[in-house]
Amino acid sequence: MSDSVIRPFSESDAVRSDRSAGDRRRHRAKVRAAIRENIADIVAEEAIIGRSGDRVLKVPIKGIKEYRFVFGANVRGSATGDGDTAPGDVVGRAGQERDQDGPGPAGDRPGVDYYETEITLEELVEVMFEDLELPALERKRLREVPSERLHKRKGYRRVGVRVQLDKRRTALARVRRKVARGRAATPVASELRAPPAGAEPARFPFHRDDIRYRRLQLDEALESNAVVLCLMDTSGSMDTMKKYLARSFFFLLYQFVRTRYRNVEVAFVAHHAQAREVTEQEFFYKGESGGTLISSAYRKALEIVDERYHPSLWNIYAFHCSDGDNWVSDNDVALAAARELCAVSNLFGYGEIKPLNSRHYGSSMLDVFGQLDEPNFQAIRLERREDVWPGLREFLAKERSELPAPARGPA
Amino acid sequence: MRRTDRAAARDAGPGWTIDTLRHWDQRIREQVESSGLACFPQEFEICDQNQMLGYMAYAGMPAHYPHWSFGKRFEKLKTLHDVGATGLPYEMVINANPSLAYLMKDNSLCQQILTMAHVYGHNDFFRNNVYFGHTHPELVTGAFKLRAERVRDYIEDPSIGLERVEAFLDAAHALSLQVRRHAFIRKASRAEQEARALRRSQPPRDPHASIHPPAKPVAVDLERVPLEPEEDLLLFIRDHSTYLADWQKDVLTIVDGQARYFLPQIQTKIMNEGWASFWHHRILNALALPQGLHLEFLVHHNQVIRPQPGGLNPYHVGYRLWQHIHEEHGEAALFEVREVDSDVSFLRRFLDERLMRELDLYEYAKRGNQLVVSRVADEEHWRDVKATLLNQVGVSSVPVIRVLDADYDANRTLLLEHAYDGRELESEYAMRTLAHVRRLWGRRVLLDTVMGDERLRLSSEGDPTLR
Repeated sequence: MSDSVIRPFSESDAVRSDRSAGDRRRHRAKVRAAIRENIADIVAEEAIIGRSGDRVLKVPIKGIKEYRFVFGANVRGSATGDGDTAPGDVVGRAGQERDQDGPGPAGDRPGVDYYETEITLEELVEVMFEDLELPALERKRLREVPSERLHKRKGYRRVGVRVQLDKRRTALARVRRKVARGRAATPVASELRAPPAGAEPARFPFHRDDIRYRRLQLDEALESNAVVLCLMDTSGSMDTMKKYLARSFFFLLYQFVRTRYRNVEVAFVAHHAQAREVTEQEFFYKGESGGTLISSAYRKALEIVDERYHPSLWNIYAFHCSDGDNWVSDNDVALAAARELCAVSNLFGYGEIKPLNSRHYGSSMLDVFGQLDEPNFQAIRLERREDVWPGLREFLAKERSELPAPARGPA
Repeated sequence: MRRTDRAAARDAGPGWTIDTLRHWDQRIREQVESSGLACFPQEFEICDQNQMLGYMAYAGMPAHYPHWSFGKRFEKLKTLHDVGATGLPYEMVINANPSLAYLMKDNSLCQQILTMAHVYGHNDFFRNNVYFGHTHPELVTGAFKLRAERVRDYIEDPSIGLERVEAFLDAAHALSLQVRRHAFIRKASRAEQEARALRRSQPPRDPHASIHPPAKPVAVDLERVPLEPEEDLLLFIRDHSTYLADWQKDVLTIVDGQARYFLPQIQTKIMNEGWASFWHHRILNALALPQGLHLEFLVHHNQVIRPQPGGLNPYHVGYRLWQHIHEEHGEAALFEVREVDSDVSFLRRFLDERLMRELDLYEYAKRGNQLVVSRVADEEHWRDVKATLLNQVGVSSVPVIRVLDADYDANRTLLLEHAYDGRELESEYAMRTLAHVRRLWGRRVLLDTVMGDERLRLSSEGDPTLR
């Protein structure tokens, strides 16, 4: 047997050997495609409104399994025990059989596929934007969290901290000083000082007086507050598509409001015959049966505004999603309440969610709200995912055209 | 730990330098040679964690064709490793001549010594076990590199492109393990199969021919493809599909070639790991390590060969069986068994009732949402438990699928058959895999199988029918 070779570790090999990068990227792309296919299900199930973008979500993935012929459920397995295994002992959960791990040819056995992947909320939102066909420009705007600029520049000064050094002004000041000194020098003196021909010109270093710093001043930007009131009729059953439409609409509205105000809050009001304030979880899950009184939601919203969000301090954006059912006797009351809500809100909108394939062809509140001619009210219809973005635009256009001055809170 | 200067630090790990490793390698090799192991020349390469993960994802190969599934494997290994669910292996060896093994840079001296001894065990096994006889170890790394280059060429070819190559590989991977299991038994040629078919079609010789009416030969269709059921699915499709482009046929050859290389490793996992553990244990004991190293060695050794309740640790089961063979049958039997057996025959021959009870082997089945122990290795049931175990080792855990007819219904439908042995196919996987087969074959594909005691014919085009 000849001598063995032992090759030392080589740093450059380690750098070069990230050869899985391409395959990882392809895998990632596949995961993303799978998420895109299931985006409606995922958004319908996840709480996304007002959450931080780097929150990590676990989402189920279908479609990136590597299929082979494998045995199914009626197959028995065999394993080693801890010494006193008896028939009838429970040794695990189905679908959780352990992989035989260890060195060896990885990946040439049909292994257990994993069905979940993790993505950040930001990625999920990006996919949702694609799905809703948001224009690229708007995507950027809605994704951006407005950075809080606390300072603004105001002039220059001679003392300051290093990071605020203004190089251009400093260099300029030095040139000025140099020119001024040239003028001041007498011909005799300049002769005396003239360097011998061919020698390097004398240095003219920066002086402490040349240095300029930018001057910053606390920005007097005013606090601006806004609240998004999400109202929804939870009397009917919420199927996935309805949930997806409603949640993505509310989410986009919330994101939009966030681009314009520093301090944004959100409140959820669920209603059937009565209205309650709930969490986002409950908002999208509690299906309740019973009659529907839309006015109850508006009353509740007004109550919340009264208690916590006074219109003089808060910009109020209210939006109501419903499938269009309401007790006829309630229509007039609802209309009156809607008027009141319009009066306190920057914008108030009503969206009727009727997925195309749903069986609700019943009554519609769109006719009733046709009588409401407040300038900051807009009713829209959401039938499929493509409607969400134009719907939101239509809704927001009411404000864009008029732009009532946002309420200002104390600085 | 002695501090080394910066230049030398590259060649060193915790408590060792390359020279220390050379010294210990020398001593290990003395043991290897005197004990009768016959190895290929050995090469070790020191690598870091990320490189090790990379080697694991690509089955240890320095060069491998690209496919997203390896990226997925890498991510999975990395996740498992990052959350601490699994440690990285101390080493990774590939079956090649010279044998190539990777050692982790961050392992201690003791781990490196143990690993090197372990590697020589694998090396000997690769060289001498009959199941590896056809793997051409001297060409392996070159062959993998050439295949990688061919696939890359197809990907870069503007008339083919990444998407199509990848989708075709998806389909080919689905069938990669559908190969003949006994690679060292020669496959009958077409002429031999025809002769056999003709022979079978003749009526058996009748000793009383004079008083019986002459029996008629059974009609035999010698045009039929395949004449005898065919288990090499990828190669069969390559040779008989009329729709495949040259690059597609080449990709099938590539995938089949790689699978055939890995097949013996799948078939001898328990034996191979047991053999290497058996020898690292023996060699390290013979080395007379300093006490500190020896204690550390015992700790690592026990971690490697410890039982995993609820699972089957191939190191544990294999090591115990080799010990058993040594005790019962002596030294010579060790070398004979490592030459001629695979996991199935190894367990069948040497796993007896006493050992099964010692290992506390049991059988479990799915009941509702739970896995429940159905039988343990007692006097009455140990044979059943053993049969279940034999069914799950090596390629026994892969269903046998055979081609019956390439021109079924005279419209080029491919008729497959699942050799049902009491174990059903997972239906969603079966349907999806059939769709892959259809992609490769280009026409309708049927699969005869049994589900819920009913004989079914699955179709790549839609709902299954009763047969």
